[in-house]
Amino acid sequence: MIRVLMQRFLQHIDSFLMGTVLFTLLIGLFVLYSASGQSFERIGAQLANILVATSIMWVAANIPPQHLERIALPLYALGLVLLLGVALFGEISHGARRWLPLGFARIQPSELMRIAVPMLLAWYFAKREASLKLSDYLVGALLLFIPVGLIVKQPDLGTSLLIASSGFYVIFLAGLSWRLIIGGAVLAGVMAPIFWSLLHDYQRKRIEILFDPYQDPLGAGYHTIQATIALGSGGFAGKGWLNGTQAQLDFLPERTTDFIFAVFGEEFGLLGNLLLLFLFTLIIARGLIIAAQAQNNFCRLLAGSITLTFFTYVFVNIGMVSGILPVVGVPLPLISYGGTSLVTLMLGFGILMSIQTHKKLVTT
Amino acid sequence: MRSYSELRNHQREQHYFRIRLGVAAVIVLICFGILISRFFYLQLARYDYFQTLAEHNRISLVPIVPNRGLILDRNGVVLAHNFFVYTLEITPSKIKNLEETIAEISKLVEVSSTDRKNFNKLRALSHSFESVPLRTHLNEIEAARFAVNHYRFPGVEIRSRLFRHYPQGELGSHAIGYIGRINDGDLKALEDNGDLSNYKGSDHIGKGGVEQFYEHNLHGVTGFQQVEIDADGHAVRVLSSTAPVPGDNLILSIDSKLQSIAEEAFGDKRGALVAINPSNGEVLAYVSKPTFDPNLFVDGIDTESWKGLNESLDKPLINRPLRGIYPPGSTFKPFAAMAGLENGKREPPFSVSDPGFYALPGSVHHYRDWKPGGHGQVDIVKAITVSCDTFFYGLAMDLGIDKLASFVSHFGFGKKTGLDIHGEVDGLLPTPEWKMRRYKQQWYAGETVIVGIGQGYTLVTPMQLAQATAILANNGVAMKPHLVSSIQKANSGETFPMPITTVDKIELHPENIALVRQGMMMVTQPGGTAASIGVGSPYMIAAKTGTAQVVGIKQNEKYNASSLNERHRDHALFISYAPAEDPKIAIAVIVENGGHGGSAAGPIARKVMDYYLLGKAPISDTPAAADPAAVEPEDAPHD
Repeated sequence: MIRVLMQRFLQHIDSFLMGTVLFTLLIGLFVLYSASGQSFERIGAQLANILVATSIMWVAANIPPQHLERIALPLYALGLVLLLGVALFGEISHGARRWLPLGFARIQPSELMRIAVPMLLAWYFAKREASLKLSDYLVGALLLFIPVGLIVKQPDLGTSLLIASSGFYVIFLAGLSWRLIIGGAVLAGVMAPIFWSLLHDYQRKRIEILFDPYQDPLGAGYHTIQATIALGSGGFAGKGWLNGTQAQLDFLPERTTDFIFAVFGEEFGLLGNLLLLFLFTLIIARGLIIAAQAQNNFCRLLAGSITLTFFTYVFVNIGMVSGILPVVGVPLPLISYGGTSLVTLMLGFGILMSIQTHKKLVTT
Repeated sequence: MRSYSELRNHQREQHYFRIRLGVAAVIVLICFGILISRFFYLQLARYDYFQTLAEHNRISLVPIVPNRGLILDRNGVVLAHNFFVYTLEITPSKIKNLEETIAEISKLVEVSSTDRKNFNKLRALSHSFESVPLRTHLNEIEAARFAVNHYRFPGVEIRSRLFRHYPQGELGSHAIGYIGRINDGDLKALEDNGDLSNYKGSDHIGKGGVEQFYEHNLHGVTGFQQVEIDADGHAVRVLSSTAPVPGDNLILSIDSKLQSIAEEAFGDKRGALVAINPSNGEVLAYVSKPTFDPNLFVDGIDTESWKGLNESLDKPLINRPLRGIYPPGSTFKPFAAMAGLENGKREPPFSVSDPGFYALPGSVHHYRDWKPGGHGQVDIVKAITVSCDTFFYGLAMDLGIDKLASFVSHFGFGKKTGLDIHGEVDGLLPTPEWKMRRYKQQWYAGETVIVGIGQGYTLVTPMQLAQATAILANNGVAMKPHLVSSIQKANSGETFPMPITTVDKIELHPENIALVRQGMMMVTQPGGTAASIGVGSPYMIAAKTGTAQVVGIKQNEKYNASSLNERHRDHALFISYAPAEDPKIAIAVIVENGGHGGSAAGPIARKVMDYYLLGKAPISDTPAAADPAAVEPEDAPHD
């Protein structure tokens, strides 16, 4: 009886994905314990985050993909309205306008868009699958860049970058011709100076200092310098858990959130880094397999985009901590402390599981 | 049920999709490969390097504050410099019992109650891990005595800090400004400009005068040191360092000797003087009296001195040349005369017969001339020489307020001169539109009449008046006024002159310029309103006196200086340039409640011109025997 209930309860959970994700989350808790200066309070808070996020994942896993397809457009529209609301009435915190006060609570609509944008684009391209024309790609690009533009303006470079890439992945997987992709890359090269002029001063500085962190060693370059010292001094096997001197002696900034990987790399060394990267690779591989096996175009595109966006997260975060990408404020998925991004992340995994476990048998 | 072709289609699509997915997977692997090679580079190849850096954790970046640039006068006289002083500093977080420690310290070096008060004030503003000075300006003996006992006081350090010093004290303090502690407002501004990281380690910032305006140049670029520190945070050795770039030196156009002659000439009187080189806009002297000692502000001003400065009726902290606004009075007349001439309303042989008053057609109201009975037949030259009010009442009416205002605005009335000090005010050149905007009232003809003699709403700053005089002296070409003439790089000694720029150019007819100049030259000749100023001068002085009333005088009342409270007496104004034929210096002087322009403000200008043109420092207080014309009040008040 209990076994049956248990089976029911877990019938839409992909055990391989679940297992790797939970293992990674566990590692995250250990790193957080060290990074937070051995604070059980932080661990408790993060456990609560994990609990909430996992529940949401479970709910998402139990929603059949057809339903997701149906709510794609309304969800996107809602997100857009909220984003406009932020632009007009948003609350400013830390110099950026990201929050929308709703009286009882305040929400960050850009997080909603991280799921809503790939869903909408997957829905749009799945509908048009039979005859994709150039104009479809243009419409798709427009649907993508309206929310991205609003988020860039907030300004939230990290989130807008991720949403832009999640949208791009859908368009790419939908079959955007190689000629256009190469053409786009050339265009991007041409547009880069214009984009540069739109960036805020602090964003520009981050990019400049990426190439030469010693330009501003006390200011913006400080993060990068300290993080590379932490990573490099970790060596092959690391300094050992709770023994990272850079991390423990306050040299590392934001070490429970965006820079947590530096703590990890200092304490667990090259071996630890390779293990973590291996876990991420397993998660990504599973996601890609789910996408490849998905039954319809909507599911394929959505699963592919969610998985590749997860990869982008990992790459951008580790890249910035190890000093090969600019510091754009992207947390390390499943490891960094924080509830909001974890919820979005797990929601994505829930959708992957739903796609995998709601397949109907098709007679061939 | 799907048809066969749909199914085929579906399969083909899935095939294409899987190819795309495969491409993506390859990209993922390539990117992770990049990360892995980065790990190998950082954690294996360069492990030793980073290991050294992180060795025993103790690498800390310490900012090195750059030397602030010097401020020199045009002859190299130092107006602001820095010197090292020993300070005794405490890091509160490292001390168990602060009171006890301070009591122990005070047995070795004197710690006054003021020191303690300042310490507590600063402590409240700092983090507990930042070191806070308890005593500054330790002498060698005190420093040595503490050094011997240093081991007893962990968390207490002797440091040498750079202090700003203004060796000339009160001289030119409004032009130089001062530096003070960085406050929250400054921090916010630095953050907005993205300069915050350059101020790590800096405690002070420019707060007025050129110290503030040229903060960016003076501050320099903060250097930093990578030091190895032990568990207590003490620096053990320096691993690497990047030297700071010292701030630029400022070379002012001010001549400090001229400045001191001007300031001394004021005596105890309040007021302002600005002297400009008309041909290039260099400010030669910039006086605001009374002055204050900027050294008081450097280390945080004590309450008593602050109260004294801030609450004084004399308002020494006000930057009078830039922020003091006064009615120009009769010093406005040469500019009004230019307007009349250039608009074709008052060329010779035009003259008026002055009965001692002016009345608007159809009105019984008399606009009085300062001289009862009038000046007789008056042409434009004489009108300036004797400061004939009646002539200028009529001129203003004939011209109309719009033409008059638009013409004289080219002399800079009603707008900022753009001097390189923050906080300049606009002054006021009234027009009917302005009055409608400001008071929602229409303009009356009578208001035009009194604008002609510089009364009514018109307000100028001493800086504006000096600039207007300089423009007149420079034949209508307005140069941008500036206090800093060049910027010197501290390291290389290279000097970069500030650009000399023309801001406006009024087309004036040479014959009209000559007429106004002649009138102004006659002012300092017998019969002029400032005849005493020209006595014994080997060069010709073009000048105009003025009086600005402080309290209103009723239509039939007589102004009696002796019966009035000193602070209700008229302000004395004086503008001049010399040598009149080839002007080298243009001056505006205002003596608050000084009474008559010619006798109160004129002698100050004469002393400045004598020194500047002849190199002659004043010997006696009064330039020469008084001329009878100067004893007579030259400008009676008007209503």
